[in-house]
Amino acid sequence: MDMVRSEVRKLAAEDYSTVQHLAHASQQARERNYQDFLIVDVDAHHYESESYKDVFEYIESPVIRRQAVESAKRGGRASMLGGQIGYQDIGGRITRHELRRHDIRRHDKLGAPHHRDVGMTLEWMDAMGVDYSCLFPTPMLFLGLHPQVEVEVAMCRAYNAWLCERVLAVEPRIISMLYLPFNDPEAAYKTVKDFGDKKGVVGFMVTSPRYKPVHDNAYVKTYALLEEMGKPIAFHAAYNWNDQSLSLANRFISVHALGFMWFNMVHMTNWVVNGLPERFPKLKVMWIESGLTWAYCLMQRLDHSYMMRTSDCPSLKRKPSEYMREMFYSSQPMEKPRDRSILEATFKMINAETQLMWSSDYPHWDFDLPSVVYDLPFLSETGRRNILGGTAAKVFGLDPKPVKKIP
Amino acid sequence: MPECFVAKVSEMQDGDRRIVVAGSAEIGVFYKDGDYFAYSNYCVHSGGPACEGLMINRVIDVIAPDRTYQGQTFSDDVHFVCPWHGYEFELRTGECVGDRRLRLKKFDVVRRGDDIFVVA
Repeated sequence: MDMVRSEVRKLAAEDYSTVQHLAHASQQARERNYQDFLIVDVDAHHYESESYKDVFEYIESPVIRRQAVESAKRGGRASMLGGQIGYQDIGGRITRHELRRHDIRRHDKLGAPHHRDVGMTLEWMDAMGVDYSCLFPTPMLFLGLHPQVEVEVAMCRAYNAWLCERVLAVEPRIISMLYLPFNDPEAAYKTVKDFGDKKGVVGFMVTSPRYKPVHDNAYVKTYALLEEMGKPIAFHAAYNWNDQSLSLANRFISVHALGFMWFNMVHMTNWVVNGLPERFPKLKVMWIESGLTWAYCLMQRLDHSYMMRTSDCPSLKRKPSEYMREMFYSSQPMEKPRDRSILEATFKMINAETQLMWSSDYPHWDFDLPSVVYDLPFLSETGRRNILGGTAAKVFGLDPKPVKKIP
Repeated sequence: MPECFVAKVSEMQDGDRRIVVAGSAEIGVFYKDGDYFAYSNYCVHSGGPACEGLMINRVIDVIAPDRTYQGQTFSDDVHFVCPWHGYEFELRTGECVGDRRLRLKKFDVVRRGDDIFVVA
C-alpha cells in the first residue's frame, strides 16, 4: 500500500535520479507484489563507452591498446572502434540518456568500492522489481561490423575481462552472456574456453549485425563446447544502417523496425535450414531483442516452403517451426496489437510459457517493464512466472528465491 | 472535488510546469502562452511520467503543391513527451499524437487571486 502523498514538484534537471524517473515502475512493482516471486531480466544494458578508459587498459596487444587510448583522447574527430549512425534518443525526447550524467556524478561522489555501473544497475533493477539482470554492452553491439577483425577480438577480450573482474565478480545479481568475437572463429572458441567458468557468466552472445554465416564449419567446435558446458548461445539483434538493403531507409524508425528483425531472421534461417538443431540437440539457443512477431512470421514462411523443398534441408527431421519452438526468445520490444488475440496467437506459436523470457532492454529508448507480461490476461499463473523469471532461472542456473529490494 | 495548490501566479513562467501529487493522483500542470493545462502524469502507454518530459513543437513534413517532399520543420503546435518511451501528447488537448483515440485525463485549473489550484 502506497502512503498518501501530497507535494508539488518542480522538474529541475539537476534533481534527476533513476529512482525518481522510475517511481511509477516501483509503484507497479508494489501493486503487483513483485517482491513475492522471481523476476529475471535477460537483456539489459550499460554504456561501456563511459568506462572505455578502464576497459582499454585490459587490451592485451600493446599496439592496439595504445591506438585505443590515443583515439579516445580525441573524441568526436574519429574513433578507433567506430560507431553506428542513428538517433535512438528521438532527438532528445528520451531525456534519461542525457540526464543520466547526474546519476553518474552522484554515484561517483558516493565513493563506493565497486565500479559505479554496479550501483547504477542495481538502482534501476530494484526500482523495476528485478532480481537478476543479464547485462550487455551498448556501442559494442555494432563491433561485429568493424573492418579490423583483430580489433573486434582485442576489444572483446578486454571488455569481457573488465566486466568479469569489475562487475560480475562483485555483484551476484548482475550476470552476463559474454561477447563472442564471431568474426574470428578460433578467438570465439578461445573466449568460451577462457571465460566460460567465470563468476556470473551464464552464456555467450553473438551480436547479430555481421556478415559471417552461422552454419560455417569453423563454428562447430564452439557450438560443441557450449553444448557440453550447458551454456546458451544468444543472438542479440541490432541494426546496420549501412547494410545495402537498410540503407534505402531514410528514418531511424524504419531501420530499427526492420534491422532488429532482419539479422536474426537470416541467422535463424541458416541455423535451422542447415540442420544445426539436429547436430547440437542440447545446445540452448536464444534470440534477443527482435520482439516476437518475426518468429511467428518466419515459422510459417519456412514451414510452407519446407514441405516443397525438403531437399534443400535434408538434415531436418521435422518442420522448421518445430525446432524454432524449442529455442528461447527474449520478450522486448513486445508488440502490443490492439486485438489481444493476435498477441495470444504469437505466444502460442513460440510456446511462450516455457520458451519466452521477459527482458527490459533498460535503459534503452524502447524498454519494457515486467507489467507487459504480468498484465496479460491469457497466461496461466505458471506461464506468467516462467516468463518473468522461472525459465531464465532454469536456463542460467539461478537461485529462484527473490532478492530484490523495491523502493 | 478537492482543489490542490499548485503555485503562485508569479512563480510560473512561460513553459514552466509543476507535478502535483495528491494522494494517489499525480497531475502535471503546464503554463504556456497564457494558459494553464493539467493532465494525469500516468502515460497511456505503460504508466510513465507523461508530463515530466520534453516540451517540443510538432514535427511536420513539408510537402510542396506538386506533392514532392521538401524536408521537415516544426509547426506551432506544442507537444509534451513522455520521457520513458517518447509518446507525444498535444498540450492543448492531452490527445496522444500517435493514436487520437487515446488521451490523458484532463483536470481543471483555477486561479484565485495570486494562487493557482488544480481540481483533483
